Amino acid sequence: MLLSEVAYTRPASVDDAVRLLAEHDGARPLAGGQTLINVMKARAAAPDVLVDLADLDELRSVSVGPEGGLELGPMTTCTELIRSSAVNEKRPILAEVAAQIADVQVRNRGTIGGNVCSNDPTNHFPPVLVAAGATMTIASTAGERDVPAEEFFLGVYLTACGPGELLTRIAVPPAEEGDGFASVAIGVDGTCIVNAAATVRDGHARVALGCVAAAPVLLTAAADEGAVREAVRGAGLEPPSDLHGPAEYRRRLADVVAARAVANAMGAS
Amino acid sequence: MEPVTSAPVSVTINGEVYERDVDARRLLVHFIRDDLMLTGTHIGCDTGNCGACTIHYEGRAIKSCMMLAVQADGASIETIESLAEDGALHPLQQAFSEHHALQCGYCTPGMIMSAKHLLDHNPEPTEGEIRRAIQGNICRCTGYVNIVEAIAAAAKGEVSA
Repeated sequence: MLLSEVAYTRPASVDDAVRLLAEHDGARPLAGGQTLINVMKARAAAPDVLVDLADLDELRSVSVGPEGGLELGPMTTCTELIRSSAVNEKRPILAEVAAQIADVQVRNRGTIGGNVCSNDPTNHFPPVLVAAGATMTIASTAGERDVPAEEFFLGVYLTACGPGELLTRIAVPPAEEGDGFASVAIGVDGTCIVNAAATVRDGHARVALGCVAAAPVLLTAAADEGAVREAVRGAGLEPPSDLHGPAEYRRRLADVVAARAVANAMGAS
Repeated sequence: MEPVTSAPVSVTINGEVYERDVDARRLLVHFIRDDLMLTGTHIGCDTGNCGACTIHYEGRAIKSCMMLAVQADGASIETIESLAEDGALHPLQQAFSEHHALQCGYCTPGMIMSAKHLLDHNPEPTEGEIRRAIQGNICRCTGYVNIVEAIAAAAKGEVSA
């Protein structure tokens, strides 16, 4: 398909990337492109300038932070997360969830940063990072700022990382007792109809529900099935309807999927 | 580098270096097929779902309709044309032929490139691993059974010379 005309640049440093994003109205970062190129085909987005992040090795690293958590470069692909020994040791839920996204080819190109910054409400990583209590670092020409994951996701396709800004780091704290993820999806590894991520500590669960609102819905409850289901049912969810399921179906799935995520988290502890 | 709407691109495809000026908006799959005339790589859905355009980019299977040609500047790529040597089919191609793993053949180049990616990383896959590895490739003719059998046969070396 022929895309609308677009300009392209591939900066060699984060400073250059941030400068280019600030200088050009309508500039957007291009990570793995597994969402952006398709929405450009569909004319659902029409950036004037693509700032390709491919050469920014500093955005591609996975390391263990001073307190034992993970510091993830947003350009880390799903395949790299799956294979990372640091991820599998410190917070294996990230590798487990990465392996459920789409297919091999998409996982080879698609990045965790792209997944969160596109913030499609059916994406996998937004609820995982909210439940895990991650911190997102956003850079601009004005400097860097840290935003907690639960404040990062603002709406459908909308995050705290605005025009002229670039997500440069995802810091995930050390694992608690257990992490879990569950979804009902359209076929194995398909688009989620409802998903949920859970983190459990001291008998309490932090649960982030995806696909039921414009951004992940964070709830806390005692870590047992009845309490979790009651908390979800009492949350006043008003999920969207689409061709994969009406709102009522998603509402009924939500507490089931949340309870499974918590059970998975407790099983993993 | 300041943003440009067209740029020189140098890529190594199947061991040969190609240099062209390319519009920034040109998809890699169009560059491969229409500029370089390597038409073994197919375009099916053009939405990243069907996998007919699967190639190996820096040793990893990707869908070439979800990438711009300018992104590939400096990269090393392999397409389906890289498999046969001196007219002799690659074991995967031979296995697809022997097991009737295709009918119309449209998905075959992408299917084989995904299968090759699997066997490059996992030479002795289980049936489940084979099925998962071709999850991103859609075949509307075969029902996949013969494709899975062909990939298993190629993995075990059970193909005619």
